Amino acid sequence: MSPETMTLFSPQLAARFDALVKKYPLRRSALIPMLLYAQDEIGYLSDVVIAEVAERIGITELEVRNVATYYSMLRFKPAGKYNVQVCTNISCMLRGAYDVYERFQEELGIGHKSVTADGVFSLEEVECIGACCWAPAIQVNYDFHDELTPEHVPGIVAAYRSRAEKKEETNNA
Amino acid sequence: MPRLVSHPDEVKIVTRRFGLGAAKIDRYIELGGYAAAKKCLEQGPDWIVNEMKASGLRGRGGAGFPTGMKWSFVPKQSEKPKYVLVNGDESEPGTCKDHLIFLHDPHAVIEGTIIAGLAIGAKVGFIYLRGEYRYLIEIMEKAVADAYAKGFLGSKIFGSDTEFQVITQTGAGAYEVGEESALMESLEGKRGVPRIKPPFPAVVGLYGGPTVINNAETIATVPHVIEMGSADYAAVGSPRNGGTRLFCISGHVERPGVYELPMGYNLKKMIYEVAGGVRGGRKLKAVVPGGSSTPVLLPEEIDIGMDFDQVGKAGSMLGSGGVVVIDDQTCIVEFALRTISFYQHESCGWCIPCREGTDWLKKSLTRFHAGFGEAKDIDNIQYLAENMMGRTFCPLGDAAAMPTLGFVKKFRKEFEEHLNGKACPFAKHVELAVV
Repeated sequence: MSPETMTLFSPQLAARFDALVKKYPLRRSALIPMLLYAQDEIGYLSDVVIAEVAERIGITELEVRNVATYYSMLRFKPAGKYNVQVCTNISCMLRGAYDVYERFQEELGIGHKSVTADGVFSLEEVECIGACCWAPAIQVNYDFHDELTPEHVPGIVAAYRSRAEKKEETNNA
Repeated sequence: MPRLVSHPDEVKIVTRRFGLGAAKIDRYIELGGYAAAKKCLEQGPDWIVNEMKASGLRGRGGAGFPTGMKWSFVPKQSEKPKYVLVNGDESEPGTCKDHLIFLHDPHAVIEGTIIAGLAIGAKVGFIYLRGEYRYLIEIMEKAVADAYAKGFLGSKIFGSDTEFQVITQTGAGAYEVGEESALMESLEGKRGVPRIKPPFPAVVGLYGGPTVINNAETIATVPHVIEMGSADYAAVGSPRNGGTRLFCISGHVERPGVYELPMGYNLKKMIYEVAGGVRGGRKLKAVVPGGSSTPVLLPEEIDIGMDFDQVGKAGSMLGSGGVVVIDDQTCIVEFALRTISFYQHESCGWCIPCREGTDWLKKSLTRFHAGFGEAKDIDNIQYLAENMMGRTFCPLGDAAAMPTLGFVKKFRKEFEEHLNGKACPFAKHVELAVV
């Protein structure tokens, strides 16, 4: 492992990866979880991340890219700190998901797969997230918010914005 | 936290521990958990498979294949290791039942996996959850760790000489991975592209070994079947359709939610009584009975029992149990467009009829809904969909074509109302009902 990749991941994530490659009958089964966990920490699958994952699994970078491009949760450029994913599939659509989605667009001033200028939010229209009976539903990163109306949107945005600011303060302290 | 619902007509078997804190292993044991696995360990594989056959349990993922029969296809002797694979990639629009199972009863999934492993002689089981279900994966991982700590998993389960390991796995966003062979590909760290069958997974599956793949709900049901006894379980449902089903009722109903009802329960009653009827006192327009891939039913077609055979006879499918209720203020063309947009997005692109078919259907329906359709487009949409049917390696092509055909055939008039530059007779998007 090269010195620059040594510091790429946190010690916790590096330890998790060491465990992951031994978890399965075949090492390569660790690929998809590894990409997702790397993305959770780094924010996206950068060239360095792909190279590092390829080395850890023992396959080529091309093979990693070939797999990674298949999965809709994996991305190759940064998203916002809080990625707002609005489901507009049938069950959510019937209960007003597009109104919720439009309200997020207004509130954040961005559209599909865009990031706010301050990097705090990104927005995405997504397919069914398995919350059909609690529609319309969204996910902010991995957190679900159920049974929404457009009126809920400003409150959700404000809550995550203040969380981002608090983190900023802690980091500067 | 997703809301739990309840109705007096429910028969709570799979959901009986929901809301009781059973994600904690001690509570699960207190509520009778892991007794079924211990019993199966004593009784042996043939007894387990026979119980499953007699229970009438059929796969809850959508196809409704009898579980006991599926398990019996796995060869007894195998040079390669055998595997159990639990499909928790729940992605069919309208379906959110596994979500609740993982949340409230993760040990039922583990116990069912152990029993399936004992039945086929596997030493390893995988539980694969869709990547979006991160909080549920964490719940599952904690449950697995607790089961290891108690000695229910490991090299000597329940103090016997039998080994059984459970490995959890996360997806990363792909509907197609819910197809069994694509699921195996994904678990092997590849793109979720389906495999050519035969050979079937029971012969050549995960890592080339014989593999049983079951839906998470099916697996979570297994311990209950053992606990109740196959005869009592079968008696709950309708003929050849044992037990209960977790119906996810969504869309324009007063009380959406996941309800556990006996197989064969009347669909009309399910909508009007269990789910409280159409929201805001509006009229029913259509029902998608089993997830987005199942052909739509008209209001006059819903006086049927919800089991695999009766819904099949009515020209649709029981599918994944996602009952999507549509009111009379909804534009069917827009609904069809949203449905096909999903399949276009999710097609893996391997088979041309699916890749091109979903794309052209989306283009045609988009144009149509925007008021630029021509009369011949209606026939063209039908022609495209018909030519996808049965021409792909996996069922995604059919899953896109079947509902499209249903919409065009049953709502042709509504398609015609969009012709000649006429604006959609409904609002741009479905408006919230006055509640």
